[in-house]
Amino acid sequence: MTTTSTISTKPAVPEEKAGLSQGQIVRKRFMGNTAALISLALFLLILVLAYSAGGFFGLPGWWKYTYNEVNDLANGGEPTLQLFPFSLGDHPFGQDRLGRDTFAQTMRGVQISVAVMFIIGIVGGAIGVVVGAVSGFFRGRIEAVLMRLTDVVIVIPLIILAAVLGQLAARWIPAGIQPYFLGLFVGLVAWTGLARLVRAEFLSLREREFVDAARIAGASNARIIFKHILPNAVGVIIVSVTLSMSAAILLETSLSYIGMGVKAPDVSLGSLISQNQEAFSTRPWLFWWPGLFIVAICLCINFIGDGLRDAFDPRQKKFNVRKAGAAAAPDGGQRAADYRTKKASDG
Amino acid sequence: MVTYIVRRLFTAVLILLGASFLVYQLTALSGDPLADLRTSNQPNKEELIQQRIELLDLNVPAPIRYFHWLGGAAKCLVPFAGQCDLGFSITGQPVTEALGRAMGMTILLVSAAAILAVLIGVSLGIVTALRQYSTLDYGVTFMAFLFFSLPVFWVAVLLKEYVAIGFNNFLREPQIPLSSIIIISVVSAAIWFICARGTVPVRLKAAGVGFVLAGGVLWLLSATSWLSSPGLGLPVIAVTGAGIAFGATLLTAGLKNRRALYSSLTMVAVGIVVYFPIQPLLAQATGLMVFLLAVATILVGLGVGYVMGGYDRRQNMSAAVITSFLTAGLVLLDRYMQAWPAYFNNDRVNGRPIATIGAETPNLEGDFWVHGLDTFTHLLLPTIALLLISLASYSRYSRSSMLEIMNMDYIRTARAKGLGERTVVMRHAFRNALIPIATIVAYDIGGLIGGAVITERVFAFAGMGQLFIQALEHVDPNPVMGVFLVTGILALVFNLIADLVYSALDPRVRVKA
Repeated sequence: MTTTSTISTKPAVPEEKAGLSQGQIVRKRFMGNTAALISLALFLLILVLAYSAGGFFGLPGWWKYTYNEVNDLANGGEPTLQLFPFSLGDHPFGQDRLGRDTFAQTMRGVQISVAVMFIIGIVGGAIGVVVGAVSGFFRGRIEAVLMRLTDVVIVIPLIILAAVLGQLAARWIPAGIQPYFLGLFVGLVAWTGLARLVRAEFLSLREREFVDAARIAGASNARIIFKHILPNAVGVIIVSVTLSMSAAILLETSLSYIGMGVKAPDVSLGSLISQNQEAFSTRPWLFWWPGLFIVAICLCINFIGDGLRDAFDPRQKKFNVRKAGAAAAPDGGQRAADYRTKKASDG
Repeated sequence: MVTYIVRRLFTAVLILLGASFLVYQLTALSGDPLADLRTSNQPNKEELIQQRIELLDLNVPAPIRYFHWLGGAAKCLVPFAGQCDLGFSITGQPVTEALGRAMGMTILLVSAAAILAVLIGVSLGIVTALRQYSTLDYGVTFMAFLFFSLPVFWVAVLLKEYVAIGFNNFLREPQIPLSSIIIISVVSAAIWFICARGTVPVRLKAAGVGFVLAGGVLWLLSATSWLSSPGLGLPVIAVTGAGIAFGATLLTAGLKNRRALYSSLTMVAVGIVVYFPIQPLLAQATGLMVFLLAVATILVGLGVGYVMGGYDRRQNMSAAVITSFLTAGLVLLDRYMQAWPAYFNNDRVNGRPIATIGAETPNLEGDFWVHGLDTFTHLLLPTIALLLISLASYSRYSRSSMLEIMNMDYIRTARAKGLGERTVVMRHAFRNALIPIATIVAYDIGGLIGGAVITERVFAFAGMGQLFIQALEHVDPNPVMGVFLVTGILALVFNLIADLVYSALDPRVRVKA
């Protein structure tokens, strides 16, 4: 992820008219996509709200309650949020049975879930890119070993790994930072789809003429990988990582829901729903707010990912749509990979 | 080809061995299998602990225990010997037994959702691809993304609250209030407007039709208290059957093909004629009988299509088979509806038919139809939950596949040589768009048997996912390994099948020999 963002702004082969870099073209196309822009804005808004209200890195937030503080039950814990006339009231999202403020809890849950999501995306993305790039570029025995390893990881159910790692984390790691380690551990196994995708991309790119030209000019393997192949594969990687993050947030919430993810006293959106589902008939707000935030975050990321896919897709140019349609494989592979990550989150 | 398959199977066995060793060790690492006994305050605690240690060989280190397990599991490879030994669960139950039961439940749970998801998802994807950038396309795309983003457990709780409990409350006094009728009609009008094609006046007319149709049907249902004693009756079957006949002919052969149309209509007529004679037979139905009747329906359809003759018998036959199958489905549905009052008033059900947990009402007494309805009401919610999620991916996937195909040169050629749009879409584009979807479906079947852990948990469905997760919670390696073995083998085998299917369907793709 860190390498990709710098490379994507590097001037590449001009596509539409002279003077526009690949990064500029992508940005322009993305800016033209209303749904993706709205989603990006909404996602940033949610992030700002969650981090400023709850506070982070030990900094206090502007909200008067913290997520684990037990207050007096006011008004039976009913939400005090009013839209007409707009007023927040004392507990806008209500309170749970013990009197904890639901708004503070939900904001904390958003912080944790989004952080875990980014960790899964970054760790999984980095491993996937390295494994895929190495096996696609060097081929031979390295490829065989790495791909069999990938197969083994695919076959092992993620829930087992999460359960084991969760147990170990509970024993060795203090409660406050456990969720981040959950993200790290899940990221360590959630890279298989991306690895296969990047490998396929590298396999086809390494046979292209510009790679031969670079090699004849005396470029080293490292230079060919980082300067010639990776910039061409960056679209596939960014899109796939983005969409895998939406699967990651669902995965985290699902794991927390079955009690193998984020555990008390930490809260995530999934664990909040899990704790409160029995109370649906008496205190539905405990259940609605975390769920709505999951759906909103996930929807935003899906739209952003789709916008990025369109922006990176060279076939978006209207005039050669038919010709480019023949090169069907990359997009098909992309879809299949998204699809699998999605499936994994259902369990 | 054979070398390829053998090589793939060989690597699959190696992968399975490696992965199963890891899974066994991880499960053993994940906690203390004696935890519940250590904290119990039963008088014979020590004895119980000894018993469990003996049952699960806990004195042997886990890496060695794995090879004991592997020795037992290897006996499963001998076919029909009945020596399959996957060990015992923590409660002393043989794993093979538990596994068999759980697999049956899971197949029951996932099969309806899988079939419906493929059918609906693929048709939605095809339609939206054919009408790219229309309101319909944007609407379906948004819905697909929304469904993608729904956590299944959250949806499940909402379904339980609003679909099950709400609908059960409604059934106590099944009168639809006027305000609800109007709201639903307006929604229906909006849907008709979005789906209709053409200028705004045309679409407004369609919206009007949608409004009147929905309102009329709802009013009729409410006025005749149809919901308490539902049924289709002969007229509805006849009219719907005729509609199906025209639709099936339109899709398979085109309405210009009179022979296909007449074969389909003949099948509807056959259905209507046998409706009354078959009722006494259906009264004492069994599963086998319904299956045989379905086979007979298909055979009759094939026969009628064949007898009708013409230059292209295949089209007649497929139109007739689709029509006859669906008409028979209507008759069957009608029979189930006739059993509804008996089910509804059964004292085990007690007027609250839609169930929120489990797979069946315990101790329910009744005939084949009542038990069928019972299964249906229990499967309804989990099927909807599973359906929503897989529907989204199928529709997106088939849309992109269809869009790609519709831009191909041979589609332009087909149009240029004067073929009708129906032939171009159904014969040239649709079939090729299905190739990548076929492989996705193959992957999917492999994954489905593993169960949907979350869905099974929410709906307390004792399938593979539940078995797995409960065993994992109790640090019970043998059931975990059993489930893993089934899912792992299926995943690897269906991966191979998907690759072979792709190369069989698409001659441009060759497997490396």
